[in-house]
Amino acid sequence: MTLDEFKKDPDYILYKPIVEKGRGALILGGILFAIFVWTMYMYSTQISLGLGVTGLNRPISWGFYIVNFVFFIGISHAGTLISAILRLSKAEWRRPITRMAEVITAIVLAIGGLHPIIDLGRPDRMLNLLYYGRLQSPLLWDVTAITCYFTASTVYLFLPMIPDIARLRDMGVRPHWLYNFLSWGWTGTEKQKHILERAITIMMVMVIPIAVSVHTVISFIFSMTLQPGWHSTIFGPYFVVGAIFSGIAALLLVMIIFRKVFHLEGYLKLIHFQFLSTLLLIMSLLWIYFTFSEYLTGIYGGEPHEMKTILYKFTGEYWPLFWGMIICNFIIPVIILSNKKLKTITGIAVASSAVVIGMWLERLNIVVPSLANPRLHMAHQIYLPSLVEWALFLAGLTAFALAFLLFSKFFPVISVWEIKEGRKEGLEDVKARIESYQPDTNIELEG
Amino acid sequence: MPSWGMVIDLNKCTGCAACVSACRSENNVPNVGPEESQIGRALFWMDIVEVVEGEYPDVRVQYIPRPCFHCENPPCTKVCPVRSTYKNNEGLVAQIYHRCIGCRYCMVACPYTVKSFNWYEPERPEEFLQTCNPDVSLRMKGVVEKCSFCSHRLQHAREQAKFESRALKEADYQPACKEACPTSAIVFGDFENENHEVYRLKKSNRAFRMQEDLGTEPKVVYLSRED
Repeated sequence: MTLDEFKKDPDYILYKPIVEKGRGALILGGILFAIFVWTMYMYSTQISLGLGVTGLNRPISWGFYIVNFVFFIGISHAGTLISAILRLSKAEWRRPITRMAEVITAIVLAIGGLHPIIDLGRPDRMLNLLYYGRLQSPLLWDVTAITCYFTASTVYLFLPMIPDIARLRDMGVRPHWLYNFLSWGWTGTEKQKHILERAITIMMVMVIPIAVSVHTVISFIFSMTLQPGWHSTIFGPYFVVGAIFSGIAALLLVMIIFRKVFHLEGYLKLIHFQFLSTLLLIMSLLWIYFTFSEYLTGIYGGEPHEMKTILYKFTGEYWPLFWGMIICNFIIPVIILSNKKLKTITGIAVASSAVVIGMWLERLNIVVPSLANPRLHMAHQIYLPSLVEWALFLAGLTAFALAFLLFSKFFPVISVWEIKEGRKEGLEDVKARIESYQPDTNIELEG
Repeated sequence: MPSWGMVIDLNKCTGCAACVSACRSENNVPNVGPEESQIGRALFWMDIVEVVEGEYPDVRVQYIPRPCFHCENPPCTKVCPVRSTYKNNEGLVAQIYHRCIGCRYCMVACPYTVKSFNWYEPERPEEFLQTCNPDVSLRMKGVVEKCSFCSHRLQHAREQAKFESRALKEADYQPACKEACPTSAIVFGDFENENHEVYRLKKSNRAFRMQEDLGTEPKVVYLSRED
């Protein structure tokens, strides 16, 4: 088949950004790369001078880096977890969504996983974690869970990409060596299909408990200490819920952007956004339920240290962040998503942006105001992030955009073979499945 | 195993901070400038916590000297990912500066906020290097440090006692803060040795420990102020 025939493929639009690389992407990539280089220059000042270039102090010895670490790892739950759950529940509308979700996970996890390293006072001694690592420390649980999750989610991203990569190889898209290498000799035989499906099934079942464990363990970093505001048994599930919540919002935003830029209106229809945003609404309600339980138990018990931290969050120097979080995570998404008229693409974009910001504020509210209130009385300090910390936050965001841009210029952001499969096998499967749900009639039973 | 501990009598403490300066020179604690100190970057092994009680006009200031409490169940050593802080075989909570990766987890885990961090490479003027204590290793940027109960003195004392073939006496091992205290508010010794003064003092009905309900079992006992 030649390139001209390839263009007649009904799903050619999904391959178009890869086959016809425009200049726009190159310019955007260049700008992003320039920003990233500047942020790395800012980071080099921290390497040479020490963590003093941040706004950290005593008692607030954790700040933006830890906040962003929790935030980015939270976003990573979009992906793999959503895609695995949708696949497992045989939701047919998942087909155009899963790939983007999985890419978010892989990229954000790499970015988030590096954050504890930029937070270290001695990054040069990082390997001490392997030489002298103590498994009793929650930090080691993190190292283990995150590396495991990263491995599993990249494999889970790669497996369903193989047939699409093979297609690009067969069409002679450049660079040949890349698609040749990554397609792993895929020819699409029955046996290969069977193995692939089996492997995807195994990975999607494995990835769910791993994803849950990752965010639980991250919450344990906080909840295992005796710090008021952190020492709470609810933290594990609270963090997992928050992670999925922010993950869905990020996924919706990415979908909206690609729909617009790559003209994928035919694939990412309003119905996909509505289904996914209903899930976002449910997570918002679940999040407020957890938040309410967390604060009510603290307030009702009224333990002095706990109470001091809670009141500080409500009315202290950081009060706009706390109430901003409530508005962004609960009020805005609930108003928009429970109203049919507002549940348009624009409405969903506003709600999702609010949730992403709100969940970042939530991480900040957990880390900073709690540390500002140590148990033992000491001089009150306030934490304001420095330029270096802002720059590294920007670094995370630009790295995400840059990596996603690169991905979309080499691989389809929607799983093409799964779309094709949906048209044929999917339709038949669903029909057979619905028929099997129908009650058996009396005649049949008697017969 | 002895249980090294400290009793601080708040009746006697005047808040003069002699303990703080003795500690700084004994343990080569780095100084930071006033600006850094203002934003909470100062390093202290022994610190004086100022607690203002009551409201105007009935105000009273309480000075509380605060070293590391060398807890029996230290929350900081539990969380250290590389065993850079640990309880040594003398029951003291020790630090290994050359192994610390600077994650500051122990700082946030310590309910008493006793740990300090080297935000920058410590500045050591020429004069300082000439007078610094050779028994205490100098710390570098990016590591956590804290009071060691002058454990280098314990090492000396043990060797001296062994050399003289005798048992360790109470006076052999005393930290710098205790020696500097002009009102003898600080008393140091073995909580389990009946001959030591701390053994008697910790049974005083004025004795209390910070945040006792946390179960950390601090080995610094305070005697509350009577008035």
